[in-house]
Amino acid sequence: MMSFDILASALSVVMQPAVLIAIFFGAVYGLFIGALPGLTATMSTALLVPITFYMDPLPAIALIVSSTAMAISAGDIPGTLLRIPGTPASAAYTDESFQMTVHGKASQALSLGFFFSAMGGLIGATVLLVTGPLLARVSLNFSSFEFFWLAVLGLLTCALVSGSNMARGFVSLMFGLLIATVGLDVTTGAPRFTFGQLELMGGVSFIPVMIGMFAFSEILRGFTTSKTGEQSMPNIGKIVPFKGIGGLLRKYPFSAIRGAALGTSVGALPGVGGDLAAWIAYGMSRRFSKTPEKYGTGHPEGLIEATSSNNAGLSSAWIPALVFGIPGDAVTAIAVGVLFMKGVAPGPRLFVENPTMPTAIIMTFFVSNLLLFPLGYVAIKIARHVLSIPRSVIVPIILICCFLGSYAVNNTLYGVWIMLIAGVVGYLMERNGFPIAPVILGLVLGPVLERNFIMSMQITNGNLLGFFERPIACGLGLLICAIFLFSVIKSVRRWLSGDAERRRKALIENAKDVAQTRSGDA
Amino acid sequence: MSPQFKRIVRTSVAAMALCTIAGSAFAAWPERAVTIIVPWSAGGGTDATARMVAADLQEHFGQPFNVVNRTGGGGLVGHAAIANAKPDGYTLGVITIESTMYESQGLPGVTPKDYDFIGRYNADAIGINVSTKSSYGSAKDLIDAVKANPGKITASGANRGGLSHLAWAGLLNTLDIAPDASVWVASDGSAPAMQQIAAGAIDVVSTSPAEARSLVEAGEVKTLALISGERSELFPDIPSTDEIFGIKWSPMPFRGLAGPDGMPKDVIEALSGALKGITEDAKFKDFMKSRGFSVAYQDADTFKATVMADYEGLGKTMKAVGLAK
Repeated sequence: MMSFDILASALSVVMQPAVLIAIFFGAVYGLFIGALPGLTATMSTALLVPITFYMDPLPAIALIVSSTAMAISAGDIPGTLLRIPGTPASAAYTDESFQMTVHGKASQALSLGFFFSAMGGLIGATVLLVTGPLLARVSLNFSSFEFFWLAVLGLLTCALVSGSNMARGFVSLMFGLLIATVGLDVTTGAPRFTFGQLELMGGVSFIPVMIGMFAFSEILRGFTTSKTGEQSMPNIGKIVPFKGIGGLLRKYPFSAIRGAALGTSVGALPGVGGDLAAWIAYGMSRRFSKTPEKYGTGHPEGLIEATSSNNAGLSSAWIPALVFGIPGDAVTAIAVGVLFMKGVAPGPRLFVENPTMPTAIIMTFFVSNLLLFPLGYVAIKIARHVLSIPRSVIVPIILICCFLGSYAVNNTLYGVWIMLIAGVVGYLMERNGFPIAPVILGLVLGPVLERNFIMSMQITNGNLLGFFERPIACGLGLLICAIFLFSVIKSVRRWLSGDAERRRKALIENAKDVAQTRSGDA
Repeated sequence: MSPQFKRIVRTSVAAMALCTIAGSAFAAWPERAVTIIVPWSAGGGTDATARMVAADLQEHFGQPFNVVNRTGGGGLVGHAAIANAKPDGYTLGVITIESTMYESQGLPGVTPKDYDFIGRYNADAIGINVSTKSSYGSAKDLIDAVKANPGKITASGANRGGLSHLAWAGLLNTLDIAPDASVWVASDGSAPAMQQIAAGAIDVVSTSPAEARSLVEAGEVKTLALISGERSELFPDIPSTDEIFGIKWSPMPFRGLAGPDGMPKDVIEALSGALKGITEDAKFKDFMKSRGFSVAYQDADTFKATVMADYEGLGKTMKAVGLAK
């Protein structure tokens, strides 16, 4: 599809000093934003917009591309070291990577985060280079019916990411979905759970909730578990960046590829994006793993799959945006705006009239992902110092980041209040054994699920069979029903054979272990 | 402390005090950064144009004009934030036609009466878009199909009661067709609706030609007509519904600068004048054209009259088509 000429000319455009400098600065900037808890890739992009006014089209886009790729990878750092996800995309596997740190494997967790992020990104970019416009055509066949099923698939992963207690995970998920209904309902514009408060009409954004539930509740937990306030941080172990990656690559050769493939396909669907890809990848990895019982205890397998999927999804989100002008997420929405402003109109004509441009954009993904290796090396080296900082210094810094991040969502104190309340709720939930990751999943997927369900119902006039009438929807629907039935039958059979009792005991033991290590008593 | 130093301190304190008094008496607005609230998300059309206007205002007045997105509730949160700001000229906002509709929708918080108007810089009619795979060759075909098969044709483009919906339902109403003869599929803005039409799940999307442009160029979607009284300068080949059907129905979405009620008169005048200059600037015109937006300046009084006319007219139509609460 891509001729050699176009590749060569695109490469020469990307290799211009202005573009390379933009990529480098974007990457460094993204590294900071991603590593600070509560500041997201979307926010980093929005802040870049005024700067892009003064730049040529390609450097402007390169700046955005590299900063988001880096931010989403660097989001794993605070997640791994402090159990505070830097971006929503890393919320799916934060518990897992933090457990690795608890077990003294921080170096390995950070290294594999960067390494497999870069791998996923590179695989994703390669796929795009070859199949870009084709993939976009396929993604255009997805309507609300298909999106509904994808959202359901995302919700099913809740059972897999909620750790030892599925029932409590389900409760958390429902809680997240409930919060997602707050605000003006999109169908009729009717206010729901707003109590006459203007701010609540805008709904509850998942960013302050995520910051609160992970970061602020972690601070609360720190205060209640340590008597002196000078409690020691987990032992870091020896920090040797990228050590032992080869072994992981040999041990789990398919995880990275499967994660990247999933990320690329889910990311290309407008409006679903890389965040969801990380959740599904993590759940899928657990489903197909030979050792699913190790998940949640600091096991690298799921991490590899999830972290490669969100970087792969990031690049493919640009395809529907570039080919049809339909942005897949907030970042590409901003990028489409920047392109228009630069007189580059996204659309299929862009690929015909000026194929160098889209090819060059995809190539900047290559360069940015390659940059992950050296910058990741430096970041891991620096990150070790984070853990050696005394808690009395790091807690106020985290607190400031929490306030900044939640304020910046909509530039109001409302976000800060949401963060504080979510923090207390999250703390109480964890205390009582309710996992918090499913709340975030519910909040992210709630609107997607609801909107697409309502849209579909309005189209079919309330006929539920409509979800099986379109070929792709029908396939997805049958697959999901099969997964659901299969899980139900399996658990019923287990219950009948008495296996459930044994398993439950093992899980409770496991949960106790995890709870102990988490509160720092171990 | 040496006497000389004392004297210096004394004079400078006196000078500073003098400056402050002079400053408050003949306040040369703007003395500090101005905030522009945008009620819609970053990256959208309103945001992009607001940032461009802000950059030009900054150049004109020599003080930073910072764009702040305050989103949610179909623009209600941001529109209310503009209206409730301190009317000192340091918090302004970009308002859109939705601000005239909240009251009729039964949403408390803001009406156009809560604003001081500065000027309009853009207005673009809403287009009727259908899939190229459909059999509708013209707006007449489509309307005939709606008439012949009530409840069969699905349309989308915004939430229920949003302007896209009102434009479409109002058009049907003006043509003496029941507004619910075409099913409205509520969507969160035009992007998901465009995705739906490309996937073949719905029949019609009513949205601005700028937002449909990429898919039109891709050959997936065609724009049949503009729901408007006149053709657009930027898309001269697209007929208007008024000329096709011989009716009068022109809901014109606008973007303009406004501030909270009670701002100083001279500030409004200065801003309105600056905005006029910006809209006549070639660079700004090129930018707007590249995004498919028309430049349509109106001064403070004309803008106010336009908004108030919409406030009244749209409210009436919303009642007629059953969208008012």
